[in-house]
This record gives sequence, structure tokens and C-alpha cells, in this order.
Amino acid sequence: MAVQISVFIENKEGRIKKAIDTLAKADVNIRALSVGDTTKYGILRLIVSNNEKAIKALEDDGFIVKESEVIVVSVPDKPNGLNTTLAILDDADINLEYIYAFVSSQPEEAIVAIKVENTEKAIEVFEANNAKILTEEELEKI
Amino acid sequence: MFWDDKTECMTKEEKEELQLKRLQETVKIAYENVEFYKKRFDEIGLKPEDIKTLKDIEKIPFTTKSDLREAYPLGLLAVPRDEIVEIHASSGTTGKPTVTGYTQNDLDVWGECIARGLKMAGAEKDYIIQNAYGYGLFTGGFGIHHGGNMMGAITIPISAGNTQRQLDTMVDFQSDILTCTPSYAMYLGESREKAGIPLEDINLKAGIHGAEMWTDEMRKRIETSLGIKTYNIYGLTEVMGPGVAQECSEQNGMHIQDDHFYPEIINSDTGETLDYGEKGELVLTSLTKTGMPILRFRTKDLTSLIADKCECGRTTVRMTRITGRSDDMLKIKGVMVFPSQIEKALLKIEGISPNYLIHVTRPDILDEVEVKVEASKELFSDEIKEMEKVEKQIQASIRSETGLRVDVTLCEPETLPRSEGKAVRVIDERNL
Repeated sequence: MAVQISVFIENKEGRIKKAIDTLAKADVNIRALSVGDTTKYGILRLIVSNNEKAIKALEDDGFIVKESEVIVVSVPDKPNGLNTTLAILDDADINLEYIYAFVSSQPEEAIVAIKVENTEKAIEVFEANNAKILTEEELEKI
Repeated sequence: MFWDDKTECMTKEEKEELQLKRLQETVKIAYENVEFYKKRFDEIGLKPEDIKTLKDIEKIPFTTKSDLREAYPLGLLAVPRDEIVEIHASSGTTGKPTVTGYTQNDLDVWGECIARGLKMAGAEKDYIIQNAYGYGLFTGGFGIHHGGNMMGAITIPISAGNTQRQLDTMVDFQSDILTCTPSYAMYLGESREKAGIPLEDINLKAGIHGAEMWTDEMRKRIETSLGIKTYNIYGLTEVMGPGVAQECSEQNGMHIQDDHFYPEIINSDTGETLDYGEKGELVLTSLTKTGMPILRFRTKDLTSLIADKCECGRTTVRMTRITGRSDDMLKIKGVMVFPSQIEKALLKIEGISPNYLIHVTRPDILDEVEVKVEASKELFSDEIKEMEKVEKQIQASIRSETGLRVDVTLCEPETLPRSEGKAVRVIDERNL
């Protein structure tokens, strides 16, 4: 489990750069990121080293920021690895909203952040199928 | 509770007698001293003596904004320049500015009108008025200032802008009344909430807001976010400035200071005078101005008049909230739309800030409308489908209010024009 922060990005030149710049100045490290975009705006989703610091810096610079929970799962870094993990959700009829990957320092392990419709149920089925869900502490060690 | 109960509560007969006397004097002054009016009267063979009743005012030709522009800068003065003591001008956003020159008498009348309005908002001599209207050529700042002086209240000429200082002043001086444009009042309210200043720390009781259109939804937000009762004020540079009319605590129409300004409502297409209660364009004639008297000025503001005595006891004619301007009405895909309708539609949605921009284009042969709205924390989601839901909800609300299908674009907060003077709400790029 991890608390992700999302930032509203207007479709205007240099806005993503500006958000990243703000985080750099606040000395916040980015662990994972993804951008969901439409023709008019984007949603920058981030997992960072310090949420409180990141949110304050971004809001001070006029960004809209929101926190939400995502499930962070470790998957085997080999063909069919991610597929096996997603099959667990599929079998339980849990809808996937979005997914993105971390940079992992372990050669055998890939790490993904997953947002689903029903987080509680997803954790339940992951645990039942022995998928490895990372805790906040484990996340910090990546 | 009245500044001048004798005048403000006059009977209809007394009022009409006074108005006729003053109208006749004004017409005479204008005819004898202003080339423009003499020419207009002579063209149709009208003499000042032909104005025998108030109804005869309908014989006088209208004066328009373009007449004033042609006389730029001071072509319509009725007195020698040495009697003029102050000048104000409209913003000139739609062309050359229109200029008004004031004599000391005019400033006194102006102060008097504002003082009546301050009293309607509950002001007393020891009240602190935080005047956040812009000081300058714009009439807002100085108009309120003259009124504050007339009343003997304490006016803080803080002018518009510098939001932090506005909030500090509210807390440190315990200002009683805030005067500024409604969009700025709303911004100050938002800023107070954002800065975490509790309502108990400020002492504002009333807000007097005008110079741009606003809706009841906006009123509610200002009243809640600043803990005040708000009073709509009306006026225009060409006629005097703010204070031509203002609401009393009944909040049911604005009392026109009709011993100084004679109101009529006309059909803006035919020019024909309409009855009380009928909606049309407001036309104003000054009854006491000496520097630059103005006869039958077409304000382009759409409203209607209420003749009945108000619950507050005043007998002055009231005008209803301005619902649009005959010249900011947009015709989109053949449908008449006022920016105020869009505002109303937006304010029905929880969490939305009523800062918007209407962008009209005609890429090919059909009109396209994009409404830009500022996103907020409440509207924002990490999921695109949720954001799309919000856009659809805004679209549906605008559609039910105007009948138009528009394109909604969410943009970052505080990126749309927020005004200290008048907010720009419409960009029309069609070549019509």
C-alpha cells in the first residue's frame, strides 16, 4: 500500500516540467510516476519520498494536489510475471483503473503501482494468492 | 437608518414635482451651454420650453456612448473649465474611453448618493470602510471615498489588489464595511479561507459590491465566506459613477436616487418607452449635474423598474438586478446567451469557482463555444473517468440553463482573469 499524490496539469507548455521543478526545489525524490492524459489536461501521478513536503510545495506553487491509495506489488521480472499478477485481479472481477512501474534496484523483481475500483477486495485476493504487497517501509528501501 | 429621510421617503407627487422642476432646469442648461444638445434639439425643432411634463422627456433624443466618444475628451462640458474639479473615465475596453468632468456641486451630489447607500448598509460615522475599489480614473474608488467623507465615516483608501494586505487590514483595523467588485469580494473570501483566518477574527458586517454583473449564487458565496450581508450597487461613469442606485437591507431591487437621476426603461430595438415592471434597457437623465449634464443616456443595461414603496420605507423607484447588457448578449448558434447564465449554471455545481471564460469561435460555418473553468481540489480526481464526469456535469448544467451544448475545459486554479476592476468573461473571435 502506498499513498500516491496526483497533480492536475493543464495542457500548456512546460507545466509538467514546472511541477517536477517544484519537487526538485523542495528536495523531494520521485520514486515512480505516470501521466494520464486527455487532449485538454493531464493527471500526473507520483509516488515520492515525502508526501507532506511535496504537497505543500506544489500547493504553494498553485497546483491542485490530491492523495489517493494505490497498491504496490512486487512481480517477478520475467516473461508472464505481470500477467500472472493481473490474472489474480481478473479472476476476482476487479477492474483495473491504471497501472505504472517503479524503477527497481533488484534484478529479479519488478514493482508496480496499481489502482483498482475496490482496493480492499484487491488486497484480499492478492494475499490469498501469495502476491507480495509492499509496505510503506519496504517502499522506502527501493 | 436613513441618510435623508425627507427625500428618500417623499410622496410620489412631491417627487414628480421636484423631478419636473429639475428636469426643466437641466434641459435648459444643456441646451444653452452644450453645442451637442443644441444641435440635437434644433434638428427636430425641440425647444427647452416644450418640456412641460415628465412625460415630455420622451421627446428628447437619446444620448449614446458613441456620442460621448465623439466628444472626447471634454466636448460635453456645460461649464467653463475653471469650475471642473475632477475627471473620471471609463476603462475604454470597447473603444475610446468616455470621460466625465465633475464640478464641486457634482462631487457633493455623488458623495450624498453614496452616503445614502452606506447608510442602507448600516454604516455609522465611526464605521471603518475598507475601500478596495480601484483608485484612479475608474469611478469606483473615488466615488465610495467621496461618500465616506460626506458621511464622516473612516475610509481606508486601500484600493484594489494586494490580497494579503487586504486580509491584514480586515483583521488589524476590524473594518466594518468592504467595498469592491463582487469578483474581488469572492476572491477575498476564498483567500481568507485559504489563509485559515477564522471569521471571528474579522469584523465585517456588510459589503457593497458592483461595477460588474453578479448572480444570487455569487452573493451567497460572498456572504458565507466573509460573514457579511451584501448590497448591490449600480452606477456608470457616463452618468456619475457608483451610487446611482443601491440595495437596502431588503435586498429586493436597487433604490435609484431618483431626485438626482430620472430613470426610464425602453425597448432597445424600437426606442419606445416601457411601463414599470417591463424588462428593457435602462435610460438615465441627470437632474442635478452641472458639469456635464446628461440627457436620456442609453446605458445598455437590461433591467426593469419597481414603483411600489419598499418595505424599508423608501419611496424611490427601484431597479431589479441587471440581467445582462444589450451589448454583451451573445448570439450563439442563433440562441441568445448572457454570460450571467453561464455563471449561474457553474455556481450550481459544488466545488466550482465561478471564474470562467467563454471563448466563442466559428472555425467553419458553425459556432463553437468553449467554457473554461478553474478546477479545484474538490473537483479533481486521480482518475480520468471521474474528471470526465465532472466535465459532463458542468456541460449538462450549462445546457439546462442556456440550451447550448458547449465544450468544457478545466484549467489550473487562479489562471483565469480575476479582476480588481472589471473581469473579462467573454472572448468572441467570430468575424460577424
